[in-house]
Amino acid sequence: MIDKRVASLAEAVADVKDGSTVLCSGFGSVGEPVELIEALHAQGARDLVIVANNAGLGDTGLARLIGSGRVRKIICSFPRTADPHCFDEAYRAGKIELELVPQGTLSERIRAGGAGITAFYTRVSAGTDIAKGKEVRLFNGEPHVLEEAIRGDFAFIRAESADRWGNLVYRRAARNFNPVMACAAEVTVAQVARIVELGSIDPDHVHTPGIFVDRVVVVPRSPRA
Amino acid sequence: MTPLSRRQIAWRAAQDLPDGAYVNLGIGLPTLVSDYIPEGREVVFHSENGVLGLGPAPAPGEEDPDLINAGRGLVTIVPGGAIVHHNDAFLIIRGGHLDYSLLGAFQVSAAGDLANWATDDPTFPPGLGGAMDLAVGAKEVRVLIEHTTKDGRPRLVARCTYPLTAARCVKRIYTNLAVLDVTEAGFVVREMVAGLDAPALQRLTDAPLAFAPDCGVLKAPPLGERARG
Repeated sequence: MIDKRVASLAEAVADVKDGSTVLCSGFGSVGEPVELIEALHAQGARDLVIVANNAGLGDTGLARLIGSGRVRKIICSFPRTADPHCFDEAYRAGKIELELVPQGTLSERIRAGGAGITAFYTRVSAGTDIAKGKEVRLFNGEPHVLEEAIRGDFAFIRAESADRWGNLVYRRAARNFNPVMACAAEVTVAQVARIVELGSIDPDHVHTPGIFVDRVVVVPRSPRA
Repeated sequence: MTPLSRRQIAWRAAQDLPDGAYVNLGIGLPTLVSDYIPEGREVVFHSENGVLGLGPAPAPGEEDPDLINAGRGLVTIVPGGAIVHHNDAFLIIRGGHLDYSLLGAFQVSAAGDLANWATDDPTFPPGLGGAMDLAVGAKEVRVLIEHTTKDGRPRLVARCTYPLTAARCVKRIYTNLAVLDVTEAGFVVREMVAGLDAPALQRLTDAPLAFAPDCGVLKAPPLGERARG
């Protein structure tokens, strides 16, 4: 019998080791697995490499992890948010390494990681500071930049509903990086608002099939969200 | 001479979007454009976080915390809209499926080079978002920008001094003073506000200006700071 449900957030993140690479979904706080990241903070792993679109908002989730010095490096497209003070302080103090990646290149590098593609060429960033040090090759007379795949030891994602096989359904723009990151890690952990009966999700409506998901933990939506 | 307000710049850019266009609006000034599409035109707005058919801000009580735009503002989705995941949102951008990308900028050069992701302030963390993807991927890139900085320095320049987002990508620029095309010969002024003459506009621009033979008057209706309907 396949049952990917785990009983607690603590259990879901227990085996993240110091130095792990963790893909964290979300666009701003929408689709961000805040409670999983909070559980990782409580678990205590250090020296982490985080792959995310942003670098945390306010004092919770990714911001808390960065603010308490657990993140050695962040690979992201846009570290500025409405309230990025945890990242800003770490950045100005030289306590966090920033690898800035164009958003579509970030998404494609993660997709490639999940798809068994080692690297790819793109026109995006050619001729800019972001391409410095990267291999450049001409295709159709235009410079293209070689970008390497990203894989995580873990992917932390967030969905609206799941069944015990780990089939996932997202809601609105909270889908964002979740389906892409789900495919690109050794262990994919999904926090979901609710569990539904196996078979109750129409196969045509499964957004991420359970083959990509290792653990499911229920975190009911708080009234404000 | 009365410069256009930020909303009037957005209004002017909106008038040029044809019926049926698929358009991405960058954060900042461009996000105002969706408020001013002329009656009778259907323009589909794309947001990099996976929304096609972005609608206006929600009415009080109608907010959906899972529905935001690229600037993290709460939005609605129009009938006919669709949600895609991030990789498809950027496949749309990078694969050449967008008709227009409307972007903000720090600087634009006479060759159409765009700088909008980093300044020369080392304490200000840079941020790319989807700007490099949009600058390269959309069929046409247009920029909405104040003609000068707050302290009066030109933003339209011979050569960008800030790091480039992409080279030779901008085709048209809407400012509070003028509408300009970027051509092989550099900036060509298509419209400028009443009461401004060519030498005055040239003094506010750090690259040679040519003026179209049919150069018109840049005007926009008075617009409140609140969006329509």
